[in-house]
Amino acid sequence: MRDVSIIGFGQTPVGEHWELSLRHIAAQAVLAAMQDAGIDRADALYVGNMIASETSGQHHLGALVADFVGLRGIEAFRVEAACASGAAALRAGYLAVASGAADLVIVVGLEKMTDAIGNSITTALAEAADADYETPHGLSFVSINALLMRRYMYEFGVRHEDFAGFAITAHQNAVNNPYAMFRRPITKEEFVQARMIADPINLLDSSPVADGAAAVVLCPTDQARSFSEYPVHIRACEVGTDSLALHDRRDPLFLEAAYISVQKAYARAGVTPADIDLFELHDAFTIMAALSLEAAGFARRGEGVRLAMDGAIALNGRIPISTMGGLKGRGHPVGATGVYQVIEVAQQVTGRAGANQVPNARLGMAQNIGGSGATVITTILEA
Amino acid sequence: MGIPAYWRTRTQRYALVGEVCHKCGAKIFPPRDVCPECTRPASDPFTFSGRGEVYSFSTIYQPPEGFEEFAPYTVALVKLEEGPLVTAQLTDVDPAEVHIGMPVEMVTRKLREEGEDGQIIYGYKFRPLLRNTLTPRPSGQAA
Ligand SMILES: [Zn+2]
Repeated sequence: MRDVSIIGFGQTPVGEHWELSLRHIAAQAVLAAMQDAGIDRADALYVGNMIASETSGQHHLGALVADFVGLRGIEAFRVEAACASGAAALRAGYLAVASGAADLVIVVGLEKMTDAIGNSITTALAEAADADYETPHGLSFVSINALLMRRYMYEFGVRHEDFAGFAITAHQNAVNNPYAMFRRPITKEEFVQARMIADPINLLDSSPVADGAAAVVLCPTDQARSFSEYPVHIRACEVGTDSLALHDRRDPLFLEAAYISVQKAYARAGVTPADIDLFELHDAFTIMAALSLEAAGFARRGEGVRLAMDGAIALNGRIPISTMGGLKGRGHPVGATGVYQVIEVAQQVTGRAGANQVPNARLGMAQNIGGSGATVITTILEA
Repeated sequence: MGIPAYWRTRTQRYALVGEVCHKCGAKIFPPRDVCPECTRPASDPFTFSGRGEVYSFSTIYQPPEGFEEFAPYTVALVKLEEGPLVTAQLTDVDPAEVHIGMPVEMVTRKLREEGEDGQIIYGYKFRPLLRNTLTPRPSGQAA
């Protein structure tokens, strides 16, 4: 296996892009990444996307995007793993370069959620869950996370307001990210009083539906310096899986797939949790942030939420998370999120995170979670 | 859920028929033909008693398509007395009275109607265990 590096990236601001179609938002991100890397060709392009067929009536995204960025003819296809589709596409690109099959690969995560009408987006997102035994009973994707949160609160004696720190930190960090959707801070009072969606999860526990596209360019590490002043070495990009349905898990409050992917990533990179300077975790809901911190080894079981209560997740804390706003503040265009996360870690470890720079960030980790934890992909990056 | 999928899963949805593993004894629901505990083949039918307790619950205010008329409604993970968790709606109960550990039993109810001329989908829901049904009834036998 060859070492793989990121040599360029591009992202569109996350938000409601009524003026942009699926293909145009993808092209914006890809062309920006190609310009950043200084390339006008590539060997392959992998598209991470979850629900374009539902929101835009469009499958077959690999060829579509390749054509629209002037790369007609190259290898291109879509990779899908629910909300982990972005990181899954990164994994595909990483393998292509590592194996020697390709030298220059573009990975783009892409979602155009505001083209969906009414409750159809709620239905589309629920396709990440078990279509035979979860969704026919009227479960929304939010409610599946709510089942986790309620049980967590019960088992560990935690109150809903104890999760406020996750949302407050994310919003605070989003203020300084020009690509973030919500660039305004929120208060604990607003968090506690937000509109209920699926009890106990309210609007401010939840990341927003949004449009977005983010792209990175990969090449072998030994060629990276010829393309970029700021290459970022992918020390690991590892996948773990679990059952789709919560009810099929031995312990629903333990993210087994996250544990598996993190352990594989730590082993490949030869590091431990103590070496990680920041962690872009998958805070689609505040409960997921807590469970992710526990599965990654930053907190004991039932104590992930405490890191949001004692400031450990702040930019200058023990393990900064959501440093550019996270899914909560930056926004969560589902199939694009995994690539946004990786770009944010790349910015941090190269000292280019601006006002939100984590001091002396050297090694950063991103974790993209599909469904309620059925696919988890953990990526470790170093400048 | 389309008509073929509805037909395929009817015994599970009407009668909580799962499977039992003869290698390790695990009771399996929903059925999957491979034991999740020991990964051996396991396709012998097993009918669950339908009794259990609430493991977790959530009341949904923003429902998916097709469930709008029911909102708000309460969904739950129910821990069946034979072991497995099952995902279902709670019924015949005030959401404010639901709590973790609450004893419940399975009933058959309408899950949804698919449009005006569409099919009506029935399946299991769980309601608070009624005191007068505490008398033992056959359970655990193979169907
Ligand atoms: Zn078995």
